[in-house]
Amino acid sequence: MRTRSLLTFAGALTIALVSFAPGNAQSRPSIILATTTSTQDSGLLDVLVPRFEKERGIDVKVIAVGSGAALRMAGSGNADGILVHAPDAERQYVESGDLIDGRLVMHNDFVIVGPPADPAGARQATSAADAMRAIARRGVFVSRGDNSGTHAQELALWEAAKIDLTSIARREETGQGMGATLNVADQKSAYTITDRGTYLSLQKRLRLIIVFQGDPTLRNVYHVYTVNPAKHPKAKHAEALAFVEFLVSPRVQEAIGAFKRDLYGQSLFFPDASGR
Amino acid sequence: MGELFAVEATTAAIVLRSLVVSGLATLLAVLVGVPIGYAIARRQFRGRTLLLGLINTGLGMPPVVVGLVVWVLLVRSGPFGDLGLIYTPAAMVLAQFLLATPMVIGFTIASVQALSPRLADLLTVLGAGRVRTLWLMAMEARLGLLVAIMAAFGAIVSEVGASMIVGGNLERSTRVLTTAIVTETSRGEVERALALGLMLLGLSFSVNLTLTIIQQRARP
Repeated sequence: MRTRSLLTFAGALTIALVSFAPGNAQSRPSIILATTTSTQDSGLLDVLVPRFEKERGIDVKVIAVGSGAALRMAGSGNADGILVHAPDAERQYVESGDLIDGRLVMHNDFVIVGPPADPAGARQATSAADAMRAIARRGVFVSRGDNSGTHAQELALWEAAKIDLTSIARREETGQGMGATLNVADQKSAYTITDRGTYLSLQKRLRLIIVFQGDPTLRNVYHVYTVNPAKHPKAKHAEALAFVEFLVSPRVQEAIGAFKRDLYGQSLFFPDASGR
Repeated sequence: MGELFAVEATTAAIVLRSLVVSGLATLLAVLVGVPIGYAIARRQFRGRTLLLGLINTGLGMPPVVVGLVVWVLLVRSGPFGDLGLIYTPAAMVLAQFLLATPMVIGFTIASVQALSPRLADLLTVLGAGRVRTLWLMAMEARLGLLVAIMAAFGAIVSEVGASMIVGGNLERSTRVLTTAIVTETSRGEVERALALGLMLLGLSFSVNLTLTIIQQRARP
């Protein structure tokens, strides 16, 4: 009797599991979109992707990694499209023919954030490079350290400030996304560089304040690309191109500009594709 | 109000997905691991100790390493890329199955070895066939086997590294409780992350309580 009830239970479990089996995932076309953690952590793609999926009947698998990892996924043919913000690194992949159909989608800007007391005096800086020098002298800096677009921007700023990374005593790398890195910087009363969108969406939980902003070198530009099917035959080019066209279409551009604007009183992302 | 319901529907889907992915992986691990464990427990052969050592190492296999290996195998440019399994629940089931199987094998060996070595011979003498013998032996060892199931399920439902890498943490198809906790923490939604953590504990507790009830009712 007990044996039978055990068997019945096992049978029921099997049926329950098999009926939920993940086999029907292939019924709709789907693409892999490798992107940055900032587009994910800000919630922008949570708004745009379901809209695209509904309108076009194409599922988008959003893999949120750093821009560096996203570019490498594209370069090895493991993604169909990418949405990234590391223009210098992007150029190499365009030149090597891995990426095509590049379109400017939007921009926001990076800001340098730090503890309210601003021990490094970065608020008095006259340029981004100046602010970085001040932090190197008297602050703690927390870096993404994950080959992301933000990490690349940080490295470019150190270089512009003519500061050798090894000479900075108090700089640590988290190897994590923007949200996690902001949390670490917040707890350690440290400085970090972040895209404005992620900072604004997490601001209510952070003590960090913006200590420097507005320098032209802090512009943060997002491009979308498809992976070249001539070089990577498995890439789903038509579907990825549909996503590119969706992102740059006037009504989606409008939605990008309006994203969370009412909530923060300012746009997190500024659409750039119109008129091109 | 509508938004609240939407959030709850998503959370329910995540809880269900955790249960299904890890439950399926555990079931497969039992189907594969119990016969293998039984065979190893009952037989003497060259290299047995070495094999046991390997299985015992497998008990502590780092999920993130297993996830990485499965990723390399399943990713589009990898040897099994054409299957299109990367970033699907099936890939997560595979990774968790690989993590769970050594546990099931290890616990099966321990519980079968605890039985009288003459029991199987006795059953054969009494006219039980091979399958019947295996079944009766499993019944005798069920206390230990249910521990195997609980340990395996508990370990894989709470791992995050492999699920994150091979599943990709996709909101509507591969986000499970553990990867959702990472996402919410990274977004600064600590209350939501904690609530999901409680749900994970609740899920683990419900499954283990069910298995414990079966185990104790079936006590010889």
